[in-house]
Amino acid sequence: MTAAATATAHGDPHHLGALDHDQRASNQRGPAPKRIVTGYGFWIFLLSDMVMFSAFFATYAVLHDQTAGGPGGAQLFDLRSVAIETGCLLASSFTCGLASIAADVRNRVWFQAAMAVTCALGLAFLSLEAREFASLVAQGAGPTRSAFLSAFFTLVGCHGLHVSDGILWLLTMMAQVAAKGFRPDIRRRILCFALFWHALDIIWVAVFTVVYLLGSAA
Amino acid sequence: MFGKLSWAAIPIDQPLPMIASGVVAFAITGILLWVVLKGHLPYLWHEWITSVDHKRIGVMYTLLAMVMLLRGFSDAVMMRLQQSVAFHSQGFLPPEHYNQVFSAHGTIMIFFVAMPFMIGLMNFVVPLQLGVRDVAFPTLNSVGFWLTATGALLVNISLMVGEFARTGWLPYPPLSELTYSPGVGVDYYCWALQISGVGTLVAGINLVTTILKIRTRGMGYLRMPMFCWTALASNLLIIAAFPILTATLAMLLLDRYLGFHFFTNDAGGNVMMFMNLIWAWGHPEVYILVLPAFGVFSEVISTFSSKPLFGYRSMVAATMAICILSFMVWLHHFFTMGAGADVNAIFGIATMIIAVPTGVKVFNWLFTMYGGRIRFTSPMLWSIGFMITFIIGGMTGVLLAVPPADFLLHNSLFLVAHFHNVIIGGVLFGAFAGYTYWFPKAFGFRLHEGLGRAAFWFWISGFYLAFMPLYVLGFLGMTRRMQHYDVAEWRPWLVAAALGAGLIMIGIAFQIAQLVVSIRRREELRDVSGDPWDGRSLEWATASPPPAFNFAVLPDVTGEDAYWALKQHAKDDAEEANEGHYKPIEMPRNSPTGFVCAFFATVMGFALIWHIWWMVIAGAIGAFATFVVFAWRDEDEYIVPAAEVTRIDRAHRARQHARFSAAGVRS
Repeated sequence: MTAAATATAHGDPHHLGALDHDQRASNQRGPAPKRIVTGYGFWIFLLSDMVMFSAFFATYAVLHDQTAGGPGGAQLFDLRSVAIETGCLLASSFTCGLASIAADVRNRVWFQAAMAVTCALGLAFLSLEAREFASLVAQGAGPTRSAFLSAFFTLVGCHGLHVSDGILWLLTMMAQVAAKGFRPDIRRRILCFALFWHALDIIWVAVFTVVYLLGSAA
Repeated sequence: MFGKLSWAAIPIDQPLPMIASGVVAFAITGILLWVVLKGHLPYLWHEWITSVDHKRIGVMYTLLAMVMLLRGFSDAVMMRLQQSVAFHSQGFLPPEHYNQVFSAHGTIMIFFVAMPFMIGLMNFVVPLQLGVRDVAFPTLNSVGFWLTATGALLVNISLMVGEFARTGWLPYPPLSELTYSPGVGVDYYCWALQISGVGTLVAGINLVTTILKIRTRGMGYLRMPMFCWTALASNLLIIAAFPILTATLAMLLLDRYLGFHFFTNDAGGNVMMFMNLIWAWGHPEVYILVLPAFGVFSEVISTFSSKPLFGYRSMVAATMAICILSFMVWLHHFFTMGAGADVNAIFGIATMIIAVPTGVKVFNWLFTMYGGRIRFTSPMLWSIGFMITFIIGGMTGVLLAVPPADFLLHNSLFLVAHFHNVIIGGVLFGAFAGYTYWFPKAFGFRLHEGLGRAAFWFWISGFYLAFMPLYVLGFLGMTRRMQHYDVAEWRPWLVAAALGAGLIMIGIAFQIAQLVVSIRRREELRDVSGDPWDGRSLEWATASPPPAFNFAVLPDVTGEDAYWALKQHAKDDAEEANEGHYKPIEMPRNSPTGFVCAFFATVMGFALIWHIWWMVIAGAIGAFATFVVFAWRDEDEYIVPAAEVTRIDRAHRARQHARFSAAGVRS
């Protein structure tokens, strides 16, 4: 019983198993296989998510010097802590990649281990961010202090919310693999999860640059 | 325990909303009772509510749109009546109520009539035209529909519990900030739109993925019917624009709920940023609505002129050009902001440029008709009515695109006349044309033609009588959204506009009668061929209504107008292509996920509006649990056995065969 056979028997409503896709021109192929469709659809979702982030980025760019007499980025940001956060998140993308490879070769132990490390790094990132937010609020630099801080908390917090959702999803995927193994539908979800997690990294690189690096320089 | 919610939220002292909501509540309870007592509930649940079939979901979207059209139209009638009597008097609607009426009218018409109508048509038609069995993500499709319904429900709940926004259809700050709108109205608006916006985004992702990745063999991009192209453009715009709306409303909500300072007057907030953000979504939005309508007209005009669409490739290019240009003109909604002459000039010119691809389209439609054998059926009437009306609306749009002229006409009734001119004449006429055109495909019988024509004539004459006076009133200096006035010259024009609304009401009555009569006389109106209009694209190749799997064997496409080519071939040989080799078909299993998600979304939305925090948490946990339960299921598909596929397809082929041999003998 090969997994490839299951894949064609299970996720193939358009009977592509019978077709030799690679031999045909793209418009002759007919509907794409499920894995392609799912990944593609998820990419489009990620693009839309990035459009949402770009609205928050644009807002931040407009409001970043509207400090209303309050503190600005240069006084508030602790670059050391942010650098550690960034390290955690980038490392978690690496371990997430390891989990994808483990899923490709159907190795449960490595998958679970890599996902667990990804989760731990994600939680470390979140706790550092929470500590930063808490210290800002404690200094009287909460989101209600000025338009700049509103935009800052919203942009960074929105990314943080995405990471939190990602961790919920990650735990669900660990449970699913434990309960059901590497079924084709679950492998498609792992693919989407990996795309999501890496996309959050890309967003964070932009946040780190635009908010923290440029903000501290000012 | 219940946050801000108390008995005071129910407007017992205001007769109008109480009567209106009473009638609605009575009707809903009556329908529910009838459904349950007659034993229809299991059928509805298994065949419709939990259905993940794109055709059923498309029909439900359309139905939602038509029901909400009645709600939105009653708001319109109230406004026209109010303005026709409120000369030197208060009329019958107090200001705070009148403000809710025009806000609800705009919100409902755009988000819960035009959007679901267009998404419904796209959902129903696109997979059929592409020759495939379903959309890319069937269950997600159901989730999207039910979330849209949640939004509509929340807007209607506001009639009975609390109030709706008084800020207009776009909640401009600072009026929409907590300081000036302390009630729950703006919150109803925001949460209804946030929830239905997720539904719309999901529908957009789904349709784009379907069009780009799931087409039958041989259906290359430049062989797709024009409706698929416009659907692609429209859904690309949804994906690029709706997240901006989500972000903008999220910021407004943060201002209102947590005291942030995005759009406030103090602490560095920037009000004009809201205008920029909301119109960066809002302008593409009008093309999201009108592009699918353009697609409907392309299909209708080509079919009923019995000719291929003229200038297919230029039509594709025009569609994609509009898709891109629509993102470059948003500032024309606030030329008066004071951005300066250069900026205004650039955006004015960009706006006028959009008239070029639109003009290309109009000429293509005209040349499609030229030299064709035209059948003047009611979809064709809507299309011709559209061309004339839309050209007028387009030209007044170009007038408004001239910044100096806009300074005079900004926020006047001229503007109101302009956008009704393009939205009614473009989107709504397109929706009605598509509804009449594809109805027989969905249900296997036609709509009554005579009543359809009557509806058209009342609609179009009512439209002109209602909105042409508004252009005049704009020039006479009347601004929009006035609860009462004391300028004598305005009065006759407003009375005429009210009469126009009356004519439209007769048109709507004819449409309701048309539906009822058509259902009762469905045997006379039955279409057994699956191709009542002598159509050209693949949706007419299958039976009406199509089987759940649409096509027993996925068709092979060899050129544009795929079904026309098949038919020509069949008529020449007096037989249709040989039946293919039937195989069992795997179809997605129905799922209550969408309905359950929407239930929790409604609970969460309502709780957020009224600050009932425990209920918000309960709703969130419920939604996550639904997600996990859905993810846990083992069987997400069922198999239609080959024997069943064979039986269904042979029955359809027998009917087709009879038809084509008859045609073969005649010719």
